[in-house]
Amino acid sequence: MDQPRTARTYLLVLLFIGLRGCGNLMLAWGTKRLPAALSVHPAAYLQSMLDPAVAAGIAMLIFSLFTRMALLSIADLSFVLPVTAVGYVLAAALGKVFLHEEVTAFRWLAAFLIFAGVAVVGSTPQNTTKEVPAK
Amino acid sequence: MKWLLVAITVVATALADLLQSYELKRAGEQSVSARGIARLAVTVARRRYLILSIVCYAFSFFAFMALVQSQPLSFAVPVSAASFILETVAAKLLLREQVGPRRAAGTLLVLGGIILLAR
Repeated sequence: MDQPRTARTYLLVLLFIGLRGCGNLMLAWGTKRLPAALSVHPAAYLQSMLDPAVAAGIAMLIFSLFTRMALLSIADLSFVLPVTAVGYVLAAALGKVFLHEEVTAFRWLAAFLIFAGVAVVGSTPQNTTKEVPAK
Repeated sequence: MKWLLVAITVVATALADLLQSYELKRAGEQSVSARGIARLAVTVARRRYLILSIVCYAFSFFAFMALVQSQPLSFAVPVSAASFILETVAAKLLLREQVGPRRAAGTLLVLGGIILLAR
């Protein structure tokens, strides 16, 4: 297995998970403070971007998008999807800590299943279709 | 309205991911250094499928944004992961990725976790 590329893959996975988790949190926090319902007033989308928390959330999500693109250039989609699912656990944890959302026993069991699944998928080859060069 | 937003998020995300995976493998390895991001932006601007994937992401993003405003983040995030099944099957059938028993089992474990997370 190509060790430097494997290390790079997991570094990108960590960066993506961190940016996505924090970005979603900022977005949720920012949008919940807005007066108008976004789904009812589409023009409110643009106005919502003036909110610092929403703007920071969007910036983090855009950077996370680039990170994921870099990841998809070297790893399979069917590898990236489950491995980055650790982000769902992070989202639940951040929701509990910062937004005071409820995290039940089921959710902790869910976190265990997700980590177990990630460990299993992580043991498979990250790229089965090749075509790497460039960079 | 809630489920319409979920549907838009799921379908648009799956399309965006499939287009990106296909086109980025062809474009070659990308990086997230300052120069790497600039080069990646140029790559995106020059490739139709990547532009289309960004449009799909925009639909997915705005639908998700409306969803997180009206629903708890701990509901919105796991429920939008339904794209997971769609994408894994499509990755095997369309992108010809090798989804063997181990990867399939791991994916199902993760999926079970995500479903449980939504309870």
